[in-house]
Amino acid sequence: MNDAAANHQLVQFHNVSFTLPTAIAPIISDLNFSVARGETLVLLGESGCGKTTTLKLVNRLLVPTSGEVVVEGKSTTAWDPIALRRRIGYVIQEGGLFPHFTIGRNVGLVPALLQWERARVDARVAELLELVGLEAGIYTDRYPRELSGGQRQRVGVARALAADPPLLLLDEPFGALDPLTRASLQREFAELAQRLGKTAILVTHDVREALLLGTRIGLMHRGQLLLLETPDSFLASDNPQARAYLDTLTVTAEAGEHG
Amino acid sequence: MSFWRFLQLNWSELLTLVSQHVQLVLIAIVVAVAIGVPTGILLTRHRALRGPVLGVANVMQTIPSLALFGFLIPLPFIGGIGARTALVALVLYSLLPIIRNTITGIMSVEPSVREAAVAMGMTDGQILRQVELPLAMGVIVTGIRVATVIAVGVTTIAAAVGAGGLGVYIFRGLRQYDNNLLLAGAVSAALLALAADALLGLLERRFKQSTRPKSVRAFRGKLAFSAVAVLVIAGVVFLWGRNGDRATKVVIGSKDFTESALLAEMVAQMLEARGVAVERRFELGGNLPHDALVSGTLDLYPEYTGTAYTAILHHDPITDPRAVYDQVKREYADKFHVEVSPPLGFENTFAILIRGAEARKLNLKTISDAAPHTNTWRAGFGQDFISRKDGYPGFSQAYGLKFAELREMDLSLTYIALSSGQVDLIAANSTDGRIATLDLFQLADDRHYFPPYEAVYLVRQDTLARVPALREILNKLANSINTEEMRRLNYEIDGNRRDPKEVIREWIGGKR
Repeated sequence: MNDAAANHQLVQFHNVSFTLPTAIAPIISDLNFSVARGETLVLLGESGCGKTTTLKLVNRLLVPTSGEVVVEGKSTTAWDPIALRRRIGYVIQEGGLFPHFTIGRNVGLVPALLQWERARVDARVAELLELVGLEAGIYTDRYPRELSGGQRQRVGVARALAADPPLLLLDEPFGALDPLTRASLQREFAELAQRLGKTAILVTHDVREALLLGTRIGLMHRGQLLLLETPDSFLASDNPQARAYLDTLTVTAEAGEHG
Repeated sequence: MSFWRFLQLNWSELLTLVSQHVQLVLIAIVVAVAIGVPTGILLTRHRALRGPVLGVANVMQTIPSLALFGFLIPLPFIGGIGARTALVALVLYSLLPIIRNTITGIMSVEPSVREAAVAMGMTDGQILRQVELPLAMGVIVTGIRVATVIAVGVTTIAAAVGAGGLGVYIFRGLRQYDNNLLLAGAVSAALLALAADALLGLLERRFKQSTRPKSVRAFRGKLAFSAVAVLVIAGVVFLWGRNGDRATKVVIGSKDFTESALLAEMVAQMLEARGVAVERRFELGGNLPHDALVSGTLDLYPEYTGTAYTAILHHDPITDPRAVYDQVKREYADKFHVEVSPPLGFENTFAILIRGAEARKLNLKTISDAAPHTNTWRAGFGQDFISRKDGYPGFSQAYGLKFAELREMDLSLTYIALSSGQVDLIAANSTDGRIATLDLFQLADDRHYFPPYEAVYLVRQDTLARVPALREILNKLANSINTEEMRRLNYEIDGNRRDPKEVIREWIGGKR
């Protein structure tokens, strides 16, 4: 692969396997894929298929047992882990907010770690809260427990975007929300991702979310990538696993029609 | 005397003891936090160390406090007698709850929060300071609270090594069977524990509650200020306590009973009358005075030749007083560089006591008379008597005694246990004033089993060389007190509850 192509690919997995030190069976085995700049890759799969592990290999919360993960042209093991993580926004279920920090301090955390000036951090926090639809004047000084689940999730996204990282990792970010809130947040995120031109890897078990947000969808099963397609090709796929997911859509739709 | 009246008369001494107690606890807890919290943090980072370190801290806490003090006495730097030894023991006791709660607090931070912190690119130090410690603070304060309450209790034992505190009243109360002293010591200690618990409880709530940024900052400021203030006070107290110049001062010790303290007070006042500065380290338990004398923390303490001969030098008991004295004098000079003063003129031997009423009813005069009755009697002995060679083992053999029950208890409690009928025979001190006041009868040692216990002073040779007035005083005290006189002096304290210093002042005045 030439340099221009490498630069085009923000994240690359080369024959990556990961086994827990205490286990024999690998959690993921021989994974190969790339994520191009600007695209949103959705990893779809049931619980325990290795999709969260895959995500953690990108920001070096985990290190591959074999193979290598390349981010911005450099293997994660060659990166200083702190520098690497500060270039990657990370959103987890329920936001993973610090309960003893105000919303403002939670959002401004990475800029503060990067030692931005106080005024610049404050301005950035206000800008981001407005961006995710929270009024800065009201929410900046509140604590996470004073917010609803949906609001906390918005704060989680704002925090991940704070230092304007080139890459976002999202681990079932909308999983714990009620269906209505989830739907509206999904729409807003799709719009936001497109507007900001961010590269993102998102993990979910919700095929609707995958179809709505992904520029490509990777279907994972037992630690392997079964297929990697655009949403249109995914809809047309005759892979039995993919069909099983797509069938749930039909059933839900039919149930909806009858109900 | 009513308790209220007692408090009116003694409030200033009580306040001194309370403040000593509080100082000991505060310093110990500050040091224990300074060691325990970092250790706890380290153990969350190095899982393999956790078992061994917690194990050691656990064992530390199971050692009875008096035993721990005993272990510490002979050690250099951290040992000896006084506040330093007490502090070392207190710190060791306080470590476990603080270390354990630091670990628990940090480990109970939600994994998702920690993972988020790592994923944000926080360094280990930043995660610790900004996330783990603030979230663990409530649990850590709980540990400090537990440690403090324990320390308030353990500090009462510190009086046994001469560190002061409320234990002084408790030990003295037990010895003199004085409920006012006991109450004043124990109630004050209990109140201190409750106050510490309530105060730290408030602190704990502040940390566990939701906190607003401004109040947190203001509160942290206050907390930092208080911590600094406590450290400064502790430092001042510590330095103040050590300002005495060892070169010109004589440190006088005593064992933990009235007579020993009185004999020590005699020398102390006579030295002071000659312008020599004196430090009193009275009421030291067990063999602490001997260890302290040999290690140089004490210059002088009163001892009995029989005790030195058997308990310290480990010889089998013999009955010739002259032989015992000469042997002790020679061996102490060779082994410990300690000089034995001329005998003071009285013996304090073991007195085998029964209730006067029983002696009259059964017409018992000697131990041999009583031997046939002992298989239905309960005996109450002090720890000292039970363990020493010339004590219970040899004694029971010599007279062929078999008791229905053997109770080991504090020596000072045996008198009241006997008079109230909870035991039927005790081994007490022949000079004790309570023998007459509680109507107790001393059975004669008709087989001359007990070795001679002549009262003497033990003095370090280097002290005698340093303070010439001391030899003059010891010669003056030779053969100056007989058994009746000693019993009377003891009774002034134990029976009439008079102030020892005053009693000795009168006695010295009368001798002139």
